[in-house]
Amino acid sequence: MKIGVPRALAYYAYYPFINTFFQELGLEVVVSDPTSKEIIDAGVEDAVADACVPVKLFHGHVKNLMGRVDCIFVPRLVRINKEATFCPKFLGLPDMLACSLENLNNMLEVRIDVGKSKRQLFSLCLSVARKFNRGFFKAWNAYRKAKESLKNYKLEFLRGAIPPLGISVQENKAEVRLGVVGYPYLLYDPYVSLDVINKLIKMGAYVITPEMVPEGEKRKYAEKLKKTLFWTFSNNVLRTAFHFMETKMVDGIIHVTAFGCGPDFIVDKIMELEAKERNVPFLTVAFDEHTGQEGVNTRLEAFIDMLKRRKIKEAIVV
Amino acid sequence: MRKVSFPYVGNATITFKKLMNAFGNEVVLPRRPTEETLSLGTKYAPEFACLPFKIVLGTYIEALEAGADTLVSTGGVGPCRAGLYTTLHEKILKSLGYEFEMITLEPPGRHLKELIASIKKLVNRRLTFADYYRIIRFVWKELQLLDKAEKLSHKIRPLEVKKGETTKTYRKCAELIAQAKDYKDLLEIEREIELLYEKIEKKDYDPLKIGIVGEVYVVIEPAANLEIEEMLGDLGVYAERSMFLASYTFYNAVMDLFRMPGERDVKKLASPYFKEMCGGHGRESVGNAILFAKRGFDGVIQLSPFTCIPEIVAKSILPKVCAEYDIGFLPVTLDEQTGKEGLRTRIEAFVDLLAAKRKHKAMNKKGDVVYGTLLGH
Repeated sequence: MKIGVPRALAYYAYYPFINTFFQELGLEVVVSDPTSKEIIDAGVEDAVADACVPVKLFHGHVKNLMGRVDCIFVPRLVRINKEATFCPKFLGLPDMLACSLENLNNMLEVRIDVGKSKRQLFSLCLSVARKFNRGFFKAWNAYRKAKESLKNYKLEFLRGAIPPLGISVQENKAEVRLGVVGYPYLLYDPYVSLDVINKLIKMGAYVITPEMVPEGEKRKYAEKLKKTLFWTFSNNVLRTAFHFMETKMVDGIIHVTAFGCGPDFIVDKIMELEAKERNVPFLTVAFDEHTGQEGVNTRLEAFIDMLKRRKIKEAIVV
Repeated sequence: MRKVSFPYVGNATITFKKLMNAFGNEVVLPRRPTEETLSLGTKYAPEFACLPFKIVLGTYIEALEAGADTLVSTGGVGPCRAGLYTTLHEKILKSLGYEFEMITLEPPGRHLKELIASIKKLVNRRLTFADYYRIIRFVWKELQLLDKAEKLSHKIRPLEVKKGETTKTYRKCAELIAQAKDYKDLLEIEREIELLYEKIEKKDYDPLKIGIVGEVYVVIEPAANLEIEEMLGDLGVYAERSMFLASYTFYNAVMDLFRMPGERDVKKLASPYFKEMCGGHGRESVGNAILFAKRGFDGVIQLSPFTCIPEIVAKSILPKVCAEYDIGFLPVTLDEQTGKEGLRTRIEAFVDLLAAKRKHKAMNKKGDVVYGTLLGH
């Protein structure tokens, strides 16, 4: 039996878990092709016009899988911890797909609401395994191995690698250290983000993303806001930004966002105001399906040049 | 004494003023949002903020300029962004150099303690239990009356013989309500409103019926939706919106205490298409559209601010739902660039389509040869 996994949205944050779990259950996992012009166009065709690029992309990836697999895995991410939920578009994703894509009838919709206790994740895995007629022990085994592989994935990030982009080591003596914050489905999709991270590394920057900051460090900044944000990914981004600003471990921050992203207008404005207060250079780059290479290149180059010059100036003053 | 101000919400603004006065505060009355308000808001708000955010920010700036020192607004528990607006408004306004206190009224379900603390800050006068009862009864009745006057105006506007008469009557009613001082006055006004509307000369025909669903602020506040209801009424269409302030307050403030926010029947109707609560009024939009279809309406208009997340989800579901229930559907996205004439053109076309559809259906029912009659006329 073939199960299709769309390479979009939550995929980039959790793919080792998803892939390992289904493989261990004895299913053939087919991941949709890496994002390309055809996939974006297919998504734009069917998705509602106001949606952000990542959601349109998800439509495209599902269409890419249609006809090739027996069922398509569509997660409805509701909660993975106590404090926050996900963007409403994640919550309504299967509903949107069901209404936008006409002949989609093999959707494996999994509602992921595992915020209350640790056991919930396993019982969810068990119920998914039961759908494929796999028993308790098979599910337990798959669950353990999946968890292990997600742990390794996270560890690799902490060591400074970026596995989804195939970056294993970064030069530690780079001229500028750059915090690049944004959601995993933008940062790690080289097509839609025009390969921002690789570009920055080539320009001589050491890039740090939210995944490369330990959870414990981010937790410390949970009380910074009067009211916790409602979205798990946004909390992650904002806390990382606070961490960067407080510890001064980076020379500048780039926020990568999608055009029309709902939660990001709040996240972005808060970061902008805080960065201004602390005199940290801050740049927002918004992507959509029409973003051109050159415009982005120019902005990134200018930002990096500015950081380098600033560093030299500071060195002279000291 | 505190100088309190709050966002502008239609005619209920006067009611809130009375409430704040009764609690012993001075009130800086927010102005009805104008183009100026919106451009003020747009200037300081982030680009992708939704229309209500920008309008409210503009209103706050005007109120602070007029001397307010406390701003009151509502909170929320998400995942709709609106729950965080007070936090961000406060940050933006403080960075502009204004000094004030922001008081957020959180829904009582999960934040009962904070809500009580906020209300305590707003009560600056000794009030007995009987006073509270009196105030709440008065405010509640006034909200209901405002809604009633509005509902009647929607019902009667498409039937009026002399154009503009209903709008005039409605303004008069709102004025009357604004002048009410106690509960007895309100009871008298209620009768007067009914009389006033009865006096309007009416035609006798069955108008097209269009339901309006969408995000609460743009549905309720005429300044935000370019007076779409008046526009529809002038075209001879009966427009009914899914949300009114009194019922909205009831479901979201009172029922939330019992962990049952939102209208239950609407949710149930939407659940086959919309399985998860996704914040805002996305689910209510879908549920209400179905409700309108079941009541025999001809079409549904969805109002949503640009980038509103729950409404985007609803927007991708609504076309299918409306096709299944055989009812017209027009999504209208509002932002600071939306022009009134463009909207009018779209709405006229939509209404024409619905009228043609109705005619078509009626002919089909009679068993006539459809095309023959059409060509004959």
